[in-house]
Amino acid sequence: MTAAPATVVPEGLFGPGVEEKVRVAALNFFYGKAQALHGVSLRIPTNHVTAFIGPSGCGKSTFLRTLNRMCETVKDTRVEGEVLLDGEDIFDLDVTSLRRRVGMVFQKSNPFPKSIFENVAYGLRVNGGLTRAEVAEHVERSLVRAALWDEVKHKLHHSAYSLSGGQQQRLCIARALAVDPEVLLLDEPCSALDPIATAKIEELLLGLAESCTIVIVTHNMQQAARVSDYTGFFLLGRLVEFDRTERIFQNPAKKETEDYVTGRFG
Amino acid sequence: MTSAARLRYRRVVNGAMFGATGACTVAIAGVLLFILFYLFVNGARRIDLAFFTELPTPVGEPGGGMANAIVGSAKILALATVIGVPVGFLGGVYLAEYGSRGFAFAVRYTTDLLNGVPSIVIGIFAYTLIVLKAKHFSTLAGGVALGIMMIPIAVRSTEEFLRAVPSGLREGALALGTPKWRMLATVVVPAAKDGIITGIMLNLARVAGETAPLLFTSFSNRFWSPGLDQPTASLPVMIYTYAVSPYDDWHRQAWAAGFVLLLFILLINLGARVILRRRVAGGGRS
Repeated sequence: MTAAPATVVPEGLFGPGVEEKVRVAALNFFYGKAQALHGVSLRIPTNHVTAFIGPSGCGKSTFLRTLNRMCETVKDTRVEGEVLLDGEDIFDLDVTSLRRRVGMVFQKSNPFPKSIFENVAYGLRVNGGLTRAEVAEHVERSLVRAALWDEVKHKLHHSAYSLSGGQQQRLCIARALAVDPEVLLLDEPCSALDPIATAKIEELLLGLAESCTIVIVTHNMQQAARVSDYTGFFLLGRLVEFDRTERIFQNPAKKETEDYVTGRFG
Repeated sequence: MTSAARLRYRRVVNGAMFGATGACTVAIAGVLLFILFYLFVNGARRIDLAFFTELPTPVGEPGGGMANAIVGSAKILALATVIGVPVGFLGGVYLAEYGSRGFAFAVRYTTDLLNGVPSIVIGIFAYTLIVLKAKHFSTLAGGVALGIMMIPIAVRSTEEFLRAVPSGLREGALALGTPKWRMLATVVVPAAKDGIITGIMLNLARVAGETAPLLFTSFSNRFWSPGLDQPTASLPVMIYTYAVSPYDDWHRQAWAAGFVLLLFILLINLGARVILRRRVAGGGRS
């Protein structure tokens, strides 16, 4: 409990031209009296894919949910420390405007019981201020970005529940993209999907990273290795190591990280 | 006991339990079928077009109907829905989505108590509140009494159906930067809509047959009762008045009114089931 928060991301790690999007400093998180995160500090680069891996219950999902303050929907929780988005403290921002800038995709796809079109248009309608034509245009662009347009363009007004599991998850990604978030958080987005649907989503993430900062939590190490530029390893609520993905998987600095990525954990 | 004897014993117990549960099930269905049959035999003969279109005739004069009571019941029930459902619905939303643990528990407990208050006591309440002030019986007083009776079930059924909405839908909407009230109005309540409507219909069916609270709120009326400010006839009170009268024709009309009322309640129940089934078949996902 008393371990000093280590600065796990050395300055200069990102290389030239890569800017910092999110800075987390000495983040502690409590569910009631149980501490789930211990002094997490790191920086997340703009327009790259950053992955967090670690065993179940290590705090990686909790960490992700603090980045858009979804953690506040759980009663009796407490956050300490600092999270800066482009230098602004997210706990000073209005929570609804923060979540429009930092979108989220969940482990279990959760389309609304509405049509495909209305699902993607939902966030736009909440924001308001768009004409019908502009909404339709945004919906199409988001579905294209989520690599779903060709599969659904002829049935936009069908129920979202008529789609397959993988399509529903891509619909949720499109819904999150529709409001043009600067950061997209994904919480084990492929854990309920088959390998083909997973491959589609991974490919999609690589493309999205050109215009959006992607943060993905996964318990699938191969997935982290395939899609991410930077990887962090969580264990027991602590960020053990954060580095370029190839370093984490080929030459990690910490023994725990090596044990985990080589499958010798436990 | 040998194992063969034990096996025999088990079979006997099994048979006895099966017989007991089966007999009770038959009894449950039998009571309803018997009532339906009895009402049909005694009442259906008296049902004709006049029953639905004409006013009651004076004693001894044949014919006439209960048009004023049917309209009166419809007005009282409509008023009860307008009063009871919004209060119950919004209270249910509060309990399911906003209430803190301790306060919500207290409200839930109060609601259950209100549900247990005898209907005649609710009638006295409406009598004191409205009839005594206005110095006469009225449709309004009857509607208020039944409206109050609808509140507890409306609260609890709304709360239950809202709670059944998967939390993933709430998170999905909140994560898009949706304010909570808007998330509730555009995602959660629509997802629970069919269930809530079903609850309201069953609630309505439950109070449709209430007699006691109407006896001294809407009272009765031999004639039409325009507006909400006069005493009005209603089917349950008509059944009571006609059944305790000494006239054979009135008895037959009471049976007929009972039959119509029961049919109305059965139809609402059936409608509610259709809506609920459509919800299950229409791809409600857990």
